[in-house]
Amino acid sequence: MPHTTSPTAPTTASASASVDSLPWEELVTSALLGTDRRPPAPRGDPGPADAPAALLDAAALHTVRRRAGLLPAVPEARPEPAAPDPRPALPEAARHRLAHLLADRSAPSGAGRRGTAPDLTELIPQWLAIANRRGFRAPAALLPPLLDAARARTDLRPQALAFAGPRGMWLAGLNPDWKFALRGAASGAPQTDLTDPDAVARLWEEGLFAERVALLDAVRAQDPPAALALLATTWPTERAEDRLMFLDSLRSGLSGFDEPFLEQALSDRSRNVRATAAELLSALPGSALAARMAARALSCVHPDRTGDVASISVEAPHECDADMQRDGVMAVPPTGRGERSWWLGQLVEATPLGVWEERFGGRPAEEIVALPVADDWADELHTAWCRAAVRQRNPRWSRALLGRPSEPVASGPGTASIAERSKLLAVLGEGERASWVAEFIAEHGLSEAFQLLGVCTVPWAGPLGRAVVDALDIARDGGSYPWSFSGVMGLAERCLDPAEADRLEVLTAAQDEQEGASPGAGGYWSEAFQRLVSTLRLRAAMEAELMA
Amino acid sequence: MQLSHGGEPSPAGAPVARWSVEQVLALAPDTASRKAGTRLGAAGPWSGTGCDATGAVWGLCKGSGSTPYRTVVDPTGPAYQCSCPSRKFPCKHALGLLLLRASDDAAFRSAEPADWAEEWLAGRRARAARTSSPAAGGGSVRGPADPAAARKRAERRAERVTGGAQELEQRLADLLRGGLAATDRSGYGLWEETAARMVDAQAPGLAARVRELGAITGSGPGWPVRLLEECGLLHLLDAAWLGRDRLPDPLAATVRTRVGLPLSAEGPPVRDHWLVLAQYDIPDGKIVARRIWLYGRGSGRTALLLSFGAAGRPPAQALPVGATIDAELTPYPGGGQLRAELGEQFGATAAAGPPPGIAAAAAPAVYGNALRDDPWLDAWPVTLRDVIPVPSKDGWQVADAHADAHPGARTGSALPLAPAALSRPGLWKLVALSGGGPVTVFGEIGHRGFDPFAAWDPGEGVEGGGATGGSVVRLV
Repeated sequence: MPHTTSPTAPTTASASASVDSLPWEELVTSALLGTDRRPPAPRGDPGPADAPAALLDAAALHTVRRRAGLLPAVPEARPEPAAPDPRPALPEAARHRLAHLLADRSAPSGAGRRGTAPDLTELIPQWLAIANRRGFRAPAALLPPLLDAARARTDLRPQALAFAGPRGMWLAGLNPDWKFALRGAASGAPQTDLTDPDAVARLWEEGLFAERVALLDAVRAQDPPAALALLATTWPTERAEDRLMFLDSLRSGLSGFDEPFLEQALSDRSRNVRATAAELLSALPGSALAARMAARALSCVHPDRTGDVASISVEAPHECDADMQRDGVMAVPPTGRGERSWWLGQLVEATPLGVWEERFGGRPAEEIVALPVADDWADELHTAWCRAAVRQRNPRWSRALLGRPSEPVASGPGTASIAERSKLLAVLGEGERASWVAEFIAEHGLSEAFQLLGVCTVPWAGPLGRAVVDALDIARDGGSYPWSFSGVMGLAERCLDPAEADRLEVLTAAQDEQEGASPGAGGYWSEAFQRLVSTLRLRAAMEAELMA
Repeated sequence: MQLSHGGEPSPAGAPVARWSVEQVLALAPDTASRKAGTRLGAAGPWSGTGCDATGAVWGLCKGSGSTPYRTVVDPTGPAYQCSCPSRKFPCKHALGLLLLRASDDAAFRSAEPADWAEEWLAGRRARAARTSSPAAGGGSVRGPADPAAARKRAERRAERVTGGAQELEQRLADLLRGGLAATDRSGYGLWEETAARMVDAQAPGLAARVRELGAITGSGPGWPVRLLEECGLLHLLDAAWLGRDRLPDPLAATVRTRVGLPLSAEGPPVRDHWLVLAQYDIPDGKIVARRIWLYGRGSGRTALLLSFGAAGRPPAQALPVGATIDAELTPYPGGGQLRAELGEQFGATAAAGPPPGIAAAAAPAVYGNALRDDPWLDAWPVTLRDVIPVPSKDGWQVADAHADAHPGARTGSALPLAPAALSRPGLWKLVALSGGGPVTVFGEIGHRGFDPFAAWDPGEGVEGGGATGGSVVRLV
């Protein structure tokens, strides 16, 4: 370090001693402005000769001294601890599996071709469903990726949040990214004790809208008449959109007991409330509204005995009077539809299906559906019956309207629409549903089966699974590419019974290229079947881990 | 029961630990191989899988070709061998094999290794035995051929560094004379050029610090304060180098390390059961620095393994967090230095709980003490016991649980979390593990706050019977 010997200037040693004693703020000011302009020196003193070095010495000293003398901070108010989660911890293998599934989700997806390895992301819903059924607690360290997954995929949310449990809700309360979880929780279970009538009444009077809806649902689940009584206390003063939401709550556990209330709602000020009340009443075949609608429909649809064979003649209504409108019939049709057929459809839809069996001489539904209909009214009538069968959850009529699965799609007696068929299937028991779809696939292949498969119970029943696999095998033999069936293939990976894996093993072998087949298709099929088998094996392993 | 299986007993006599999915995924060199390895972590493509008493695993993986790839992993290393053409390390097959091992115990029969696996494993063990024999100690391999020439080279380099340090002093003086405010306008070029001069002077440590000065300028409110602090410390380092003859040996070694001179691990090796606390990568220009923190159960020492990967390649050294390895570590010289080199490994042992910890209130003093040996330390490793993560005005802090037990209390001590920790997903893992209750957490305490690297799941320990929490959860 250079020294200066000038008698007027202090030596460097004493200069830096005085610079050291300067407050830190003054050192910063000196440094910011430059020692030429603002020498670091106590007031009145001239700056040290080697001002920059003295300043840097002092800065180093201050810095190390301050760092060495750091003190702990004052703690902020602590968050309320998370509520305890009494569920048992996951078996270790299952915990590793979940980490694996969630890690795969966050990794960037690879190239377009899927290869033979399972798509783990698709297995998260199944994993969560089993874990929740078994009542396990989520591992705390995996809550953040779990909440991230639920944030990205709304379909995962109900299962993911149930699995995340109270610790997950607590965590979501601290991170705005996971706000969605709290929204779900608000409409969940109300905090009020339902056995305390005063508390229930107070919450009903003073609660937020979401709380009141949740309260009504909860009371209805325990005691439907009590919920109705509660609703009646404030009904006339509720806003129209609120009345509509409350009315919707009656959908679950709907019974004849609700009829007087709904009948009254038919004269509501709001058109939407009236329509919803009418819809609910028509789902009650014994209701007075159903009887009124039946009377109207019967005046339009007659057995026609004029010809050699029995048939149906239809005379659609000529007007939509005030009484019809009061019973929920909408007078103005959507663009492109005729008024009279529009009114007819609504009448038939709301008519109890049993009425028709009586009207057509005790014929069963199958025969009625098969009767010829005069003047091109068949489509209109069948479509309305389909809606009635779904609304009234009538398996007899659903079966009749579906027709036999083996019949050609276009020429069956019932409906040809796949969307309607899947709704009708949902009315049937799961076994019947599966065997109907299995037979349909055996006859017509996979190209139209996707929507129908969607309403079948998972895992697929044996005959259904076999029908799907056989159809895939046939498609391969036909020489098409597997990605034409990627939708069904993906569904099969998730829905086939894992026990089928061994039987499928034979399909994974690569086949010789056949004449007329698409180039390379055999290899791709073998790859697709390998993926199917390994996914099924993985699902079996996942399930076993959660059962441990 | 068989008392001996004809060979050597299983290493260290402890049960061979199986790596968990998280530990295996941590070994992946990048996200792409992590993803690819995950896809191979199911029984589908594998055949002929097996493992032996030392923890080695092997298997055949069906790829796109006609012959399957032969993959074998020796966890004492860890070392990988695969017949695939991948240049990544470990390759996706090795990762997939380890993942399968982690999640599907039934897929592995305990057996004698297949011939091809045996060949490689035996070769490795033979080499390990050779290097550990005293006649061919690791030091002699690295030792200089010609001590006189080496000394001359070292002197030439020291002269260059001295030149660099003097030039840097000149530049710092110029900077202070003109004022830091001017750097805001002069931009990045000033620092880049100076850093390049320091590289020329063969002082990479000085170069790195100079480059950091460039990043501080204009880095948000309070930058002049931070810049002056770092300028002061850089000046202190220059001065210490120039006056290193008058420093005590350990401090002189620290100064040499800080300046960036290569030193080799030379302390006597310490054999211990080392718990792997954390492993994370820090990008540093074109290279990646990997830091692995270890805690020695017997010695109570904390050690840092530092390794580097060049140009897009991850460092080769990787240890699974949470595992305990029986190994020798050779410390580097220097006061307050925790860096060590991993020597011979004798096997893995079963997982164990966290190191003994201290209260948050005591942590700043630990850092302060460490500064006595190395004033350039940014942070120092500590394990905090029974702390609760608490949201604060500008981030998060960890507060002592026992200062005052009821929620809402504001007494006691807390440490703010370092800014780097706030943007990491690990923060939320830490909060989730705590659930508002006390946790044990390992990390670094420094002037920027506490940076958590690993925590122990308090919920798990209760069921496992352990008092201090179960498995390690990685936070970085």
